[in-house]
Amino acid sequence: MTLPLWVDASCPDWPARLNHLESPPPGFWRLGTTGPASPCVAVVGSRRATFGGVDIARSIGSELGAAGIQVVSGMALGIDAAAHIGALDAGGSTVAVLGCGIDVCYPPRHAELRSRIIACGSLATEEPEGTPPFRHNFPKRNRIIAALAQAVVVVEATERSGALSTARWAADLGREVLAVPGSIRARQSSGTNLLIRDGARPFLGIADLFDAVPDLRAALPEAMAAAVPAPAGGGLERFSPPLREILARMGTQPVHPDQVGVALGLSPALVASRLGALELAGAVMSLPGGLVARTV
Amino acid sequence: MPVRVEVDISNGLPAFTIVGLTDRAIQEARERVKPAIRNAGFTFPQRRVTVNLAPAEMPKEGTAFDLAIAIAVLRAEDPSLRLDGLAFLGELALDASVRPVTGVLPMARCLAAAGVGRLVVPVENASEAALADGIEVLGATSLQACVEYLRGDRPLVPGVRDATPPSPSAEPDLAFVRGQGQAKRALEIAAAGGHNLLMTGPPGAGKTMLARTLPSLLPDLPSEAALDVAAIYSLRGTLRERPPTTLRPPFRAPHHSISRAGLVGGGTGLAQPGEISLAHHGVLFLDELCEFSRQHLEALRQPLEEHAVTVARARAAITYPADFMLIGASNPCPCGRLGDTQGCTCEARTVNAYNSKISGPIKDRIDLVVSVPRQEYRDIFDGADEEPSAAVRRRVETARSRQGPRAGRGNAAMSGREILAAARSTAPARRLLALSGERLHLSARGFFRVLRVARTISDLAGEDRVGEDALAEALHYRIEMAE
Repeated sequence: MTLPLWVDASCPDWPARLNHLESPPPGFWRLGTTGPASPCVAVVGSRRATFGGVDIARSIGSELGAAGIQVVSGMALGIDAAAHIGALDAGGSTVAVLGCGIDVCYPPRHAELRSRIIACGSLATEEPEGTPPFRHNFPKRNRIIAALAQAVVVVEATERSGALSTARWAADLGREVLAVPGSIRARQSSGTNLLIRDGARPFLGIADLFDAVPDLRAALPEAMAAAVPAPAGGGLERFSPPLREILARMGTQPVHPDQVGVALGLSPALVASRLGALELAGAVMSLPGGLVARTV
Repeated sequence: MPVRVEVDISNGLPAFTIVGLTDRAIQEARERVKPAIRNAGFTFPQRRVTVNLAPAEMPKEGTAFDLAIAIAVLRAEDPSLRLDGLAFLGELALDASVRPVTGVLPMARCLAAAGVGRLVVPVENASEAALADGIEVLGATSLQACVEYLRGDRPLVPGVRDATPPSPSAEPDLAFVRGQGQAKRALEIAAAGGHNLLMTGPPGAGKTMLARTLPSLLPDLPSEAALDVAAIYSLRGTLRERPPTTLRPPFRAPHHSISRAGLVGGGTGLAQPGEISLAHHGVLFLDELCEFSRQHLEALRQPLEEHAVTVARARAAITYPADFMLIGASNPCPCGRLGDTQGCTCEARTVNAYNSKISGPIKDRIDLVVSVPRQEYRDIFDGADEEPSAAVRRRVETARSRQGPRAGRGNAAMSGREILAAARSTAPARRLLALSGERLHLSARGFFRVLRVARTISDLAGEDRVGEDALAEALHYRIEMAE
């Protein structure tokens, strides 16, 4: 059983980026095998995330993990946890910055995630042992996430989400802020859309992150850098014309199969069978609640 | 099993005893039979009267034995009454008139099967009893009328089948529902293959309305099956709700506050059939499926598997038929707006907890899942013509006739081996199936569910082999199993 370590500015593994803060923490408790490292990107967002958002966070986490980039987040429910899980699943390292004592598991449901993070990354907190997860600790915690990361990706957030405070800290520190855009009607994307309006870069794929922070691309192993596609759409040629017709109709927002059928004048049976084929090809995802969404 | 009423009259202090595992209603029969005999103008023997209901080890209950007991007592004193091959059912009033009882149809069928040739029933039950084949039914109004018949003085009214055709069905028609193409298609497939179906959607989307149209898509029952259904209704004394001569499949929609005994059968004394048996050969619709208690849903497992339910009570275990199509409706999440334009406010974990109320074994028996979205006003008033139920029913009947020789029952009831033999697929479909096992993490059972549905879709399309399109469509309706 590893014991928590106290890391302060005198330690060799003190992350230099914390010094960018106006009032850096005097030190922090660390528990795990790998401490905050470089390259490192924060992936944050709402606790109350949509299924689509969780899926996006997980895939960003695993793309970063596979590229050897550390994922830092807050181990909260929803987006944060999905980002950690994505990184861990891809065999990457991840750091969870907590708003409670190093020995407190919050939220309690994440006990298993917590032990996976300890095994393949670390937990970090400036709070003394045994501190409960006080509300006022979380904004403080957010500044550490922002400071540790070279860039912050906000996946889903409402206007009042804590993830926006992380984004503000990051902007103040000169870190690149990216936000995953959503429909102007989607409540869970209202915060990220605001960020984009206020100058954050839209995140449409991992390539946007590398364009925004060239240091990250430089840190990649060469073979991988080549594999990262340029941000572009298209690639639908592999589908037969009837399937392409459906994809073209679906747009970016989840829709109900009946809407597709009415719009294209297809029978429900035909729509169902084509959607089944597209789902099998990985081009369409069916969401809980019966809607379907394009994934390509 | 027919019950034989034996009477012994011996010298001694006047007494009247009934034995043979009787319930309270039969014990009270002594106080009805005695005055009825007297008020009919006969004399009750002022001696020691013992009545035995044989076989004595079988528990018996109810008031239907009254008439037989009175006749047996009279016959013991008057050998001129000719009883050969006669059975009696009916409750006696104190003034010796005969009152109707419940469960006459199943009893009449049982007596006919046991080789009893003639049956006397209360005149009100005569047309119901006459539905049973192979037994002559006579309706009696009073004890005197029975005795006059037995003396050969006056005939009883023969029971005749209700010849009036059942009133034209008032089943809601599919054409009443606007839009909802996916849901209608799923109902058609469910009807054609006898598949269990789950509809999810926000409140007010029309799930209940859609479910109520399902009986209108189902073919008429064969007369033997219709009689089975009528017999169950007769046992519950609910034939007024459903004319016994109707051939339409029953539709039952119990509320989620129902007791377990009400749902699967039970109650005090001898177990009564529950809603699932009343839905025999028809549709059991469970609205707000997630609001039913877990025990209720678990109790459906055996009937869904075996198409019958065994209700064990202290006195006896009774097996009732329960071969029904299960149609469930549920909100997608506690707030009901998941997947709706208004936006869901539930957390992912609450949604999971809500949906996990439907346990794996129940999901295992659900072949089709379809989402029912809330309708936009413009969809409701767009004036397009909707297909009527009759047209869909014709397709369902054709599809069912293709299945007939294959398994005898609907595709949904086919075992794994039967479905593998029946669902010979084309080469592209086989490739699709292999891919789906890998990409969609289909379990073995999930695989068979998809195949059954694909077989039904091919039946509807009139195809002998399961093609790519049918398979892809079946995959679209598959149920997601929680990990």
